[in-house]
Amino acid sequence: MFKDFTTAVRPALVFTVLFAVLLGLAYPAALTGFGQILFPKQANGSLLRDGERVIGSELIGQGFASPSYFHGRLSAAGQGYDAAASAGSNLGPTSQVLADRVKADTAAIKTSPGAIVPPDLVTTSASGLDPHITPEAAYFQAARVAQARQVNVTELRRLIADHTDGAMLGFIGEPRVNVLELNLALDRKAAARANTKQ
Amino acid sequence: MTIQGWTLILAFTGILIALTKPMGMLLFAVYEGRRTLLHPVLGPVERGFYKLAGIDPNAEQSWRRYALHMLLFQLVLLLFTYAILRLQAFLPMNPRELPGLGADGALNTAVSFTTNTNWQWYSGEVALSDLSQMLGLTIHNFLSAATGIAIAFALFRGFARREMASIGNFWADCTRVTLYILLPICLVYALFLIASGVPQTFASSVDATTLEGVKQTIVLGPVASQEAIKMLGTNGGGFFNANSAHPFENPTALTNLVQMLSIFVIGAGLTWCFGKAVGNTRQGWAILSAMMVIFFAGVSIVYWQEAAGNPIHHALGLAGGNMEGKEVRFGIAASALFSVITTAASCGAVNAMHDSFTPLGGMIPLFNMQLGEIVVGGVGAGIYGFLLFAMLAVFVAGLMVGRTPEYVGKKIESREVKLAVLAIAVLPLCILGFTAISAVLPDGLAGPLNKGPHGFSEILYAFSSGTGNNGSAFAGLTAGTPFYNGLLSVAMWIGRFFVIVPVLAIAGSLAAKKYTPESAGSFPTTGPLWIGLLIAIILIVGGLTFLPSLALGPIADHLAMINGQLF
Repeated sequence: MFKDFTTAVRPALVFTVLFAVLLGLAYPAALTGFGQILFPKQANGSLLRDGERVIGSELIGQGFASPSYFHGRLSAAGQGYDAAASAGSNLGPTSQVLADRVKADTAAIKTSPGAIVPPDLVTTSASGLDPHITPEAAYFQAARVAQARQVNVTELRRLIADHTDGAMLGFIGEPRVNVLELNLALDRKAAARANTKQ
Repeated sequence: MTIQGWTLILAFTGILIALTKPMGMLLFAVYEGRRTLLHPVLGPVERGFYKLAGIDPNAEQSWRRYALHMLLFQLVLLLFTYAILRLQAFLPMNPRELPGLGADGALNTAVSFTTNTNWQWYSGEVALSDLSQMLGLTIHNFLSAATGIAIAFALFRGFARREMASIGNFWADCTRVTLYILLPICLVYALFLIASGVPQTFASSVDATTLEGVKQTIVLGPVASQEAIKMLGTNGGGFFNANSAHPFENPTALTNLVQMLSIFVIGAGLTWCFGKAVGNTRQGWAILSAMMVIFFAGVSIVYWQEAAGNPIHHALGLAGGNMEGKEVRFGIAASALFSVITTAASCGAVNAMHDSFTPLGGMIPLFNMQLGEIVVGGVGAGIYGFLLFAMLAVFVAGLMVGRTPEYVGKKIESREVKLAVLAIAVLPLCILGFTAISAVLPDGLAGPLNKGPHGFSEILYAFSSGTGNNGSAFAGLTAGTPFYNGLLSVAMWIGRFFVIVPVLAIAGSLAAKKYTPESAGSFPTTGPLWIGLLIAIILIVGGLTFLPSLALGPIADHLAMINGQLF
């Protein structure tokens, strides 16, 4: 038994070092090289830029509070959409805190007493960084945004439809709207309109 | 529930079954030590490793020696990662100047990744530098997976060999699995993930200014390389706190489907490899069938419950399924499916927050782990755990109808059954014992976020996950305390090695036995009768023990929910 033990010491130490170099350094380094050459945009976080300024990432949601923007999911990441502290609420189904929150938020965004609120608008996402909302949640907000921006609701609804992604092959993925891209499109339209007026 | 959701579930199952044989063939080639397509490239690396380590890959080991070499390797790896985590502040690639982890936290994480659990008390993006993630953790993701598969190979040899004193060579098994299976698949897989949007950079973070003018610091890093092996090796430890729910770990519904498949593919392939090793692939398919029945039952319950939603929230004016803690791009179906896969295997990655599931929707992941994660299961761990139940099943069948207990040509006698029961019984002892302690001590009661029965579920889930080497969590539990870090370290160690060592002992004992050809007195171990018996034994022996604890947690929670009671 003791001899078994001593013969194991050298391979245990040597394999730890060799695998550390191969799997812990060479493997991620090689992939970083390939990734940076083949898919530089994705490998660096799919960033959206406006000139030099980084606006965000098309994959990472951001907080919107202004009535003239479409709002995303509720976020439990840090103070909200903190992309350095992803998190869900972890509140359970019988949580008083969760029920109170849902009640308050539902009451706040209900347009009429009978209106049915899309669930994704009053629930926190798993990551706190969900970039999407359902198309229903986008249409639900169209009237508010149209009023705040003084634009035609029909035009807004068309914009939402243009930004709605469906399922791949009919079953991979849920219908969704990227909130940041939709709001960016809104701003760009507004800027273009302002330019033509001048 | 929608047709689209069920299509996804059926498509997933179909693709998995289609991948089982090709994956099994690759595994079998490595099991036998045959040449693969990659030998011209990686053969020299393999031989170089053996030479430097001073080992002969053809030197056969008895089960004791195999176990000892394996254990010593795990210990050295554990200390290696412990040192890196403690010394993080002094090591390079730490531009955000993160401090080293405390003693209890570093120990917990080192044990967690060594045991293939990947329980994470910390938030990856908050606590760990890129070097810690790569050098400290990614290496375990490979090697704990390779170790699990090596143990499975050793047990297969126990069944396949006749009157031999040895069960293979641990170093050869571990090295070959890493070089010829895990590493090449991960390289391709990680490139696919990068193309789909998973970052792979040594830049630690980037600052953005949002449309509303707020500063948003976006953490980046070498995510894809870790993500690939995290799923393929059923590790589950995320680069980020939100794990596979984070858009940088799992950006699209397609990456989600591939991630789910990659959790199961090696485990499924191992069932075929087992059949091939014992000379009858139908034995493998019978095992996979039993697994799939339990799996499908689980998926149906979770999907049904999550789609039905929470009546308390319906009364407040919400319609539809439960979206708290879920991502829109995955929706209800893909979240429910993922939760069952990740807990049926010992993966523990999550794409939705299990803590916020409906009570019964969250009970199935919990129950999956308590069964010992043998429904496809962790890489290696799933099949050797399942074979323990198979041995128990032939033994019980033997008692019931007076037949000779034998399985795939080997007599199952009292030594094997005792060892199997030892390995199976350690789970409930550890899970229920530690849960009970934590449910009465102040340090334990300080953990749960939610009140009422759901708080108890959080504790029960933590020890089920730790002991089962799963790593997923009802993450409301504040687990980063010396109390939980300590207890869970012990639970994870017991859950891994108090199963592995008896399994190797069984392998040794079986390898020494004569081959017993099938006779009229043998209980047939293929076909529906056998599959039914297996499922019954798994549910009765593996599951019934936990029923009282489930009644106190999720079942009480469910009754409260339908009566509108809040805590």
